[in-house]
Amino acid sequence: MELMSNLADGFAIALTWQNLLLALLGCFLGTVMGALPGLGPSNGVAILIPLAFTLGLGATPSLILLTSVYYGAMYGGRISSILLNIPGDEPAMMTCLDGYPMAQKGLAGEALSLSGIASFIGAFLATWGLILLAPQLVKIALLFGPAEYFALFALAFMTLGGVSSTNQAKSAFAAALGLGLATIGVDTQTGVPRFTFGEVHLYDGLDFLVAIVGLFALSEVFIFLENRHGGTADKSKLRLGRLYPPMSMVKACMPTMLRTSFLGFLAGVLPGAGASLGSFISYSMEKRLVDKEKTFGTGDPRGLAAPEAGNNAAAGGALVPMLALGVPGSGTTAVLLAVLLSLNITPGPLLFTQNPDVVWGLIAALFIANFMLLAMNIPMVGIFTRVLMIPSRILMPIVAMVSFVGIYGISGSSFDLMVMIGFGVMGWVLRKFDVPLVPIILGTLLGNSMENNLRRAVTIDNGNWWTLVDTPLAMTLWAIAIIGFVLPLLIGARVKAGMRLKKDQEGAISD
Amino acid sequence: MKLMSVRGVLAAGLLSISGLGASAQECIAPANPGGGWDFTCRQVGKTMQDLGLIGSTMQVVNLAGGGGGVAFAEVVNKRGGDDELIVAASTATATRLAQGAYPGNSMDQVRWLATIGADYGVIAVAADSEVTSLTALLDQIKSDPTSVSIAGGSAVGGWDHLKVLIATNAYGIDDVRSVKYIAFDGGGEAVTQLLAGSVQAFTGDISEAKGFVDSGDIRVLAVLSPERLPGAFSKFPTAKEQGVDAIGANWRGFYAPGDMSDAAYDAWVSKIADLYGSSQWQEVMAANGLAPLNLQGAAFEAFVADSVAEIQSISREIGIIK
Repeated sequence: MELMSNLADGFAIALTWQNLLLALLGCFLGTVMGALPGLGPSNGVAILIPLAFTLGLGATPSLILLTSVYYGAMYGGRISSILLNIPGDEPAMMTCLDGYPMAQKGLAGEALSLSGIASFIGAFLATWGLILLAPQLVKIALLFGPAEYFALFALAFMTLGGVSSTNQAKSAFAAALGLGLATIGVDTQTGVPRFTFGEVHLYDGLDFLVAIVGLFALSEVFIFLENRHGGTADKSKLRLGRLYPPMSMVKACMPTMLRTSFLGFLAGVLPGAGASLGSFISYSMEKRLVDKEKTFGTGDPRGLAAPEAGNNAAAGGALVPMLALGVPGSGTTAVLLAVLLSLNITPGPLLFTQNPDVVWGLIAALFIANFMLLAMNIPMVGIFTRVLMIPSRILMPIVAMVSFVGIYGISGSSFDLMVMIGFGVMGWVLRKFDVPLVPIILGTLLGNSMENNLRRAVTIDNGNWWTLVDTPLAMTLWAIAIIGFVLPLLIGARVKAGMRLKKDQEGAISD
Repeated sequence: MKLMSVRGVLAAGLLSISGLGASAQECIAPANPGGGWDFTCRQVGKTMQDLGLIGSTMQVVNLAGGGGGVAFAEVVNKRGGDDELIVAASTATATRLAQGAYPGNSMDQVRWLATIGADYGVIAVAADSEVTSLTALLDQIKSDPTSVSIAGGSAVGGWDHLKVLIATNAYGIDDVRSVKYIAFDGGGEAVTQLLAGSVQAFTGDISEAKGFVDSGDIRVLAVLSPERLPGAFSKFPTAKEQGVDAIGANWRGFYAPGDMSDAAYDAWVSKIADLYGSSQWQEVMAANGLAPLNLQGAAFEAFVADSVAEIQSISREIGIIK
C-alpha cells in the first residue's frame, strides 16, 4: 500500500538518534512552556526557532523539534489548569472547569493522568486523520465562507448556556462583556480605530493571553491576598489521592474522547476556527449529550476528557490547512508556516507531491512525539501533583512572578502589564459576584472573528441579511445552534414542571 | 510550579546561550511571529549568518501592536541611539505613516537603511472564473460594482485595498468608494475564500498567490509591476500591457533608529547590500517570489518619501484621510 510505504519512509527519516533527541527535547520544553501561564504553544515555538537555526538543522529536523514543542505545549497547558485553576494557554481554559474541581476533591493525580490519556487519544486520532484525509479535508475548509463561519461561532455561543455557572444570566453577562471587549482595536472592515483613545497599543485589540493570565492567575493571587490568613490552612488537608485513574474511569470516558477527538479535529481543520473553539465545542456538545445528572463543572471526569481530547485533536487538525493550503489555522501554525518558508519550503497544494520527505517525516515525528509525551507525562504526574503541597504563601508569589515575566517576555511592553493588572482586578471583582470567567475569554477570543465574518458575509451580498442562511451548510449549523439553545430550555422546563407536579401530588396525598 | 519555573529558567538559559552569543545584533519584527515582517527579520538574519556578515545569530524580537506603531514608537522614544538595531519595514509601514496611523510619528524620525526586494501586487481570480483579463474584471466593476467582491489580506485602507484602488483609478472608475473590498485576516485566508467561491477576485502579493498558481487553482489576471517579472513569473501579464497604468510594489526593507551613528548606519547599509548581492539571497528571492528592488541609503530614503506622498494622495482621494 502506498500510504504505508510513505509512512515507513517517514519513520526512516524520523528515527535517527539526532531526531529522536530533538523530539525528546521539544516534548520536554513544550510541556514546560505549556504549563507556564502566559507561555503558550505559539510563543514556545517562536522562542525555539533561533535554536533550530543556530544548530543549523535542516527542514525535517527543525520541523520535528518545533512540532514536538507544539504537541508538548498542548499537553502541558492542562497541568496548571487542573492544579491551580489557571489555564496554561487558551485552549486549556475549558480544562479548568472540571479539572480543578477534581483536584480539589483529591483526584489531582487521576485528573492529570486521565487528561494525559485524553490528550494522547485526541492527538493520535488527529494524526491519522491528517494522514488519511488531508487532501480531502481541504475541501471541507472550502465549504466555509463568511456566512458559515458566522453560523459556527453563533453555534458556539448558543450552546454556552450554563457552561460554568448555574446562573444563565451571569453567563450571558460574561459573554456580552467579552464580546464588548473584543470590539477594542482597529476595525478591519472600515479601518477605523474603536475604543482605543489614541493609544497605539490598543490598535490591535486586546491580547487574549494578557486577558487570560490577568483574569485567572492574577485574580487568584488577589483572592489569596484577601484571605491570606485562612489560605494555608485548608491546603494541608488536601489529599493527593491515587496517581492513576481506575480502568473503569478510562472506559467510561472513552466514548467521550472518541466523539470529541472527531469534533476537535474538524474545528482544527477550519482555518478560521482553531483549537480554542475545538475544545470549547467539544465540552459544550459533550455536556449537552451525556450530562444527565448535571455533574459537569463539579469534577466530572468526562468533562475533563472532552476538552483535552478536543484541543489536542484540533492541534493535529490545524496542520491540515497549513500543509495543504499554506493557510495557518492558528497562531502556532502561522509560526510553523513561517519556519517552513524560511527553510525554502512552500506549503500549499503541491507540498505533498513536491516535498514528500518533509511531509511524511513530519507525520512520523508527530507519532513519535505523541508516544513520547504519553510516556513522559504519566510518570511525571507524581511530581506535578507535589505542586499542590506547596503552601499558598509561597506558590502565589511564584504565580504572580511567572505571570509578569511571561507576559513581559512575550510583548516586551509595560502597557500589557497594566492591562493584565486591570484584568486581574476585574477578575477579582467578577469572582466576588460569582460571574463565570470562561465566557468572557470566549467572547474576546471569538468576538472579533464572529463580527468580521458577519460583516464580510453581509457586505459580499450587498447588505442582504438572508445570505446568512443561504447555503445548506449554514442552515444545518443554525439548526444545530437553535436546537442546542432551545432544547435544554424546553427539557429543563418540563423536568421542573414534572417535579412541581409530583410535589403537588405528594402534597395532595398528604393533605 | 516551583519546579517548573526552575526548569523554565534553565531552558531560557540554554536558549540565551545558544541563541544570543557574544554580540547582539537585533532585528525587531513589529508583528507576531509568522507574518511578513517576521519573515524579513528571520530570513535576513539567517542568510547574513550563513554568509558570515554577522558573527552570531540575529536576535529577532517580535514587538507586535498597532500595525507596527508600537515598535515605531519604541524605537523613536527609547532606542533612538542603538547602533545594533534594525527594524523590518514594508509598504505597510509607509502606508500607515502616510495615513497618520502611528499617532505622533513621522517617517523622518528614523533612518531608512535599504530594501531587500519587492513583492509586486497581483489581481487574481479562481481558475474556473469566466473572467480572463484585468480589463474584463474592471469593466464588470465599472458596469456593476456590487457584482464583484474583492478579497484581500489587509484592513480597509491597507495596502491590499489600495492596490485595487490604484488599478480601478487608472482605468477611470471615478467613484473608487463603490469598489467592494472585503478584508480578511491575511492573504492566505483571502485566497481560501476565493477558492471557496465566496468572493470573485483576490488582491494580494505575488508570494501569497504563488503556491496556488503552481497548483492551477487560481488565475493571475495582472501583476502590478512595471515590466514582466523574471523566471517562472514571466508568464503573467502586467497591468500596464493591458492598458491599465497601475504599479503596486510591496517593498521589504529595514529602518534604523534616528540617532544611529553614521558609521553604524553605513555598516548596516553595506551589510544589506552585500546580502542583496549574494547568490544565496537571490535564491531566497526566487523561492519566495520576491522581485528585484535594490535601493540603499539616500536612494531608499527618497523612495520612501515618494511612496508616502503617493499613498497620501490616494488615501485623500478615497476619503481615508482628510
